[in-house]
Amino acid sequence: MYRCDRQNTRPATGCRDGHAGSCDDDRCDSRGDDRIILHADMNCFYAAVECFRRPELRSRPVVVGGHEELRHGIVLAKNLLAKAAGIKTGDTLWTARRKCPGLVTLPPDYRLYMRYSREARAIYYDYTDRVEPFGPDEAWLDVTGSAGLFGGHAYAGRMIAREISERIKAELGVTVSIGVSWNKIFAKFGSDYKKPDAITPITRENYRDLVWRAPAGDLLYVGRATRRKLARAGILTIGDIATAPAGMLRGMLGKMGSILHGFARGEDATPVRVLDADSSTVDYAVKSVGNGLTAPHDLHDAREVRLLLYLLAESVAQRLRELRLRARGIAVTVRNGDLEWYERQAQLRLPTLLTGELADGAWNLVAANEGFDSDPDRRLQGTRAIRSLGLRAINLQPMSVATQTDLFCDEERRIRTERLEFVVDQARRRFGNTSLRRACELGDAQMSNVDIKRDNVVHPVGFFQS
Amino acid sequence: MMRGVAGRVKRYVQVASVTSVEGAVTPTDVFWDEGKRYHIDRVLDRRPAASLKVGGKGMRYLVEIAGRQSYLYYEGPAWFVEEIVRNAPVYATPPL
Repeated sequence: MYRCDRQNTRPATGCRDGHAGSCDDDRCDSRGDDRIILHADMNCFYAAVECFRRPELRSRPVVVGGHEELRHGIVLAKNLLAKAAGIKTGDTLWTARRKCPGLVTLPPDYRLYMRYSREARAIYYDYTDRVEPFGPDEAWLDVTGSAGLFGGHAYAGRMIAREISERIKAELGVTVSIGVSWNKIFAKFGSDYKKPDAITPITRENYRDLVWRAPAGDLLYVGRATRRKLARAGILTIGDIATAPAGMLRGMLGKMGSILHGFARGEDATPVRVLDADSSTVDYAVKSVGNGLTAPHDLHDAREVRLLLYLLAESVAQRLRELRLRARGIAVTVRNGDLEWYERQAQLRLPTLLTGELADGAWNLVAANEGFDSDPDRRLQGTRAIRSLGLRAINLQPMSVATQTDLFCDEERRIRTERLEFVVDQARRRFGNTSLRRACELGDAQMSNVDIKRDNVVHPVGFFQS
Repeated sequence: MMRGVAGRVKRYVQVASVTSVEGAVTPTDVFWDEGKRYHIDRVLDRRPAASLKVGGKGMRYLVEIAGRQSYLYYEGPAWFVEEIVRNAPVYATPPL
């Protein structure tokens, strides 16, 4: 075990071992209250899994590609032998075979890969609850809080990385590359720096040598177009980005300019998002869950508005439960007949995944912003018929996070309702979303025919979700 | 790949096991061809592990049968061993 040796001085800012702020020992992973972030990247993931499963393929070039018969024939992943032959991800299988005679092409088996992905995550969860998956084969881990278990010293990040790497190899039979740093961007850079089966620490002492000398395109979110733009201004390395005037980058790339400037300087402070370990989401983190619907006919009175809100809340709440998340806030989008629209947000008193509470919260927002007549019909005032409504659950937190209840609610009843809704979900999964429905939905035949949940399409999102 | 050397292949086997009240599974007997039955005297180790030799993974038991030690893997619903076979191909460790 490595330990920094100058422990007597303990200034306010210093490395974990109490070195002065300018600790020049490059084996220190961090200093002061720096975080310890790992980025684990499974090498040639799909191809590695296939090669592990079939030892006879290990000495041959292998690619995993889409089904050619369905005309999805491109290379999704390749092993190192195929890579050495010059095959690139995204090549058509036809080109790949021309580059490399004797190539083995396999159709993807996503269920198997997702199982591996889950099993790898289970190992990560042994070291921290802060695991943020980035695609099926990559994840960030914030192990700052676990450093104490490893002696709490400068080397803790690397020790954890070493242990994770060895366990993945021994238990799953595939290899990972891990980057260790104080921010997510450099950790990712570290995992890409040396492959396969490597651990690369990017410290405050060595980042200028490792990161800054690398070509600009190696930085997360510098793609082909950005790289071209930067190159025109003579910015070729990540160091050039870091030392370029922020104003100039902003002028060239807009908002992204400032962001990349911060990335290159290691100033990224985005947290590793906590996700529920049982969540069904393997591919990306979720920031909000929402649905919108243009009603089959314009809505004129309170009853119709409430009905649509219920339908939306039903879908949103069901998706929250699938993702095992609770919402702490709610946002409503209202669009009227003239296509004018506005969005209003409110915090909820208690984090929830209950349909009723979401619908009530949404109704309160709409009622506060739309004029409803006070007569029993509660028609919308004037001609402001509502054309479409959107409901979004925001400020999400995993179900596993303990929630603070309050004295003035019936918590027992809430828990019972929660259980009931999970049971309803199960029934709906088996018999369809319209198999069990609320009485209030039955009043409007046209509207109750829509199945918002089923027709919902989720698009993957990127790094910038927070 | 070499031939003529004793290599290993993945061989699924019939296994008798005891499941404890807590759910821990302990294999007791392995059944081989021609109804041969090998009694497991001791389980020396159990851990999740992958077999690079034959390509499989799961819970790996190090078992002692008649004084000899061997690995027995529980993979999903089935058990397998790394069977020693003469003339079986021996694969190089995976090129990394």
